[in-house]
Amino acid sequence: MKKKQNIFVKNKKFTVYLILALAIILVAVLAPQIAPYDPSESVLTDALKAPGEGHLFGTDKLGRDLFSRVIYGTRASLPATFALVGSIFLVGSALGIIAGYFGGWIDAVIMRIADMMVAFPGMVLAIAIAGILGPSITNAVIAIGLVSWTKYARMARSLVLKIKHDDYIEAARVTGSKTGHILTRYLLPTVVPTLIITASTDIGGMMLELAGLSFLGFGARPPIPEWGLMLSEGRSYMQNAPWVMIFPGLAILIVVTVFNLLGDSLRDVLDPRDEE
Amino acid sequence: MSDKMILTAEHITKKFPASGKRVLTACDDINLTLCQGETLGIVGESGCGKSTFVKMIVNILKPTEGKILYRGQDITKLKGEKLRRLRPKIQMVFQDPSAAFHPKMKVMDIVTEPLMNFRLIKQSEKEEKAKELLRMVELPEDYIYRFPHSMSGGQRQRVGIARALALEPEIIVCDEATSALDVSVQDRIIELLVKLQKEKGISFIFICHDVALVQSLAHQVAVMYLGNVVEILPGKDVRTNARHPYTKALLGAIFSARMDFTKEIKSIESEAPSPLNVPAGCPFQNRCSQCMEICKVKKPELRKIGEGHQAACHKLKSL
Repeated sequence: MKKKQNIFVKNKKFTVYLILALAIILVAVLAPQIAPYDPSESVLTDALKAPGEGHLFGTDKLGRDLFSRVIYGTRASLPATFALVGSIFLVGSALGIIAGYFGGWIDAVIMRIADMMVAFPGMVLAIAIAGILGPSITNAVIAIGLVSWTKYARMARSLVLKIKHDDYIEAARVTGSKTGHILTRYLLPTVVPTLIITASTDIGGMMLELAGLSFLGFGARPPIPEWGLMLSEGRSYMQNAPWVMIFPGLAILIVVTVFNLLGDSLRDVLDPRDEE
Repeated sequence: MSDKMILTAEHITKKFPASGKRVLTACDDINLTLCQGETLGIVGESGCGKSTFVKMIVNILKPTEGKILYRGQDITKLKGEKLRRLRPKIQMVFQDPSAAFHPKMKVMDIVTEPLMNFRLIKQSEKEEKAKELLRMVELPEDYIYRFPHSMSGGQRQRVGIARALALEPEIIVCDEATSALDVSVQDRIIELLVKLQKEKGISFIFICHDVALVQSLAHQVAVMYLGNVVEILPGKDVRTNARHPYTKALLGAIFSARMDFTKEIKSIESEAPSPLNVPAGCPFQNRCSQCMEICKVKKPELRKIGEGHQAACHKLKSL
């Protein structure tokens, strides 16, 4: 127990960013309680009202309360981003460990598929998938996931290759450990810390990519309150109603920054070099 | 003696592909026999293929050619579960005790993992069994809660031996098990191994680059050079009866104070040829002080030159 407390006391930066990140997640969870209006309720007479009394962030072209929409935006962005990062983390590291440990044709097949995915421009694939399956947040997640898992696979593979021929892995084989046992007990723990750091620094970037796809019209569809989509909708009113773009943009900026900083400080916490 | 044979290596050859379509021959047609309850020592300098050879015996590597017969069964062909079922019979002690254990496992989990792998003990029996194993290798019982990195090299190597003993194997392979240790600790580890052999009748394959150490505990000593076994002789005869020029050179390098070693030292100073480019004829030709014409053309084969004594040298044919 004492050791657990020390982690937070010793890494003040990490603690602060963790609290901020949890606050953002809390906003998503408590969105109905925080938001003063229904995010999809349009009052056309109130269209494009400037921020002020009644509407903290103003209203958009359909008279929807912008503050409520920005708050509800966390509900669109965060789950999608976590699902994306989580799935590429799982798939990528599993495939990477398998490729690295077994080698041979398994390695060749997995890594050549990874090479193909790297060679494919992410946005183009996303547009193609949106064209085939229709634009939606899920499809945007699939499209970005398909091209992003390779990073995790490569990293996991190289980490496994580094330790694969170490004595203690060979000792595990000689003492009759089953392959599954070696993979989960020996290889996974050495690979996971590095990959978790990568995943946590990836959250911000992935969020931006998802927002980017929505902005281009290949992700979330109206009337979902999604930040990228809101930016896109507000584009034509930028001159006379700048708040329509400023607040969703700020939301993206803050959330991405917090998660990036969290990832960076997590590296300091998990860095094995700090261990005695 | 043949009825006591427990493990036989027949024509073991291991080739590794190297860059540029070249081939690295780590082991070249090795034939060795291990007898029940005895110790087979293998000596030779770094890179002569002795580690590769034992990795094939414990089935971490597969030979390119040849068979390894354990009680008449070719173990190189085994795969999957069948191979795993054989593992308890042949165990290994690794060279570097600081690299041979999972860095995040406690001694208790390390020494009982082999038993857990084969479901021979229950979770609740782990502690008792771990203590028993530590007693066997003369370590204090409360060390089971320690991590290997908080122990000394000699203690760690004892943990390695305890792990190898856990499955009650018939053969234990020690790959330079004492090389990373201080000389004083070395002796005590060797004493422990000899004691365990007497108590349990375990056969050892003991790899070492120190001829003096090997001859003191091995019943048979095989001398390897550049992937070839050049001489096999009883351990007690190594000092007095070694015939191959390479074995003599090795001895010369060790017992330098007592011997007229000038020639041998000189010959051993040049580099061994690269295993990527093994010359035709005798592998030792470029370093041998008695090299003849035939040595550059024809490779000498192991032939019997005395009781339990084989050597591969053209010079010795006439003896």
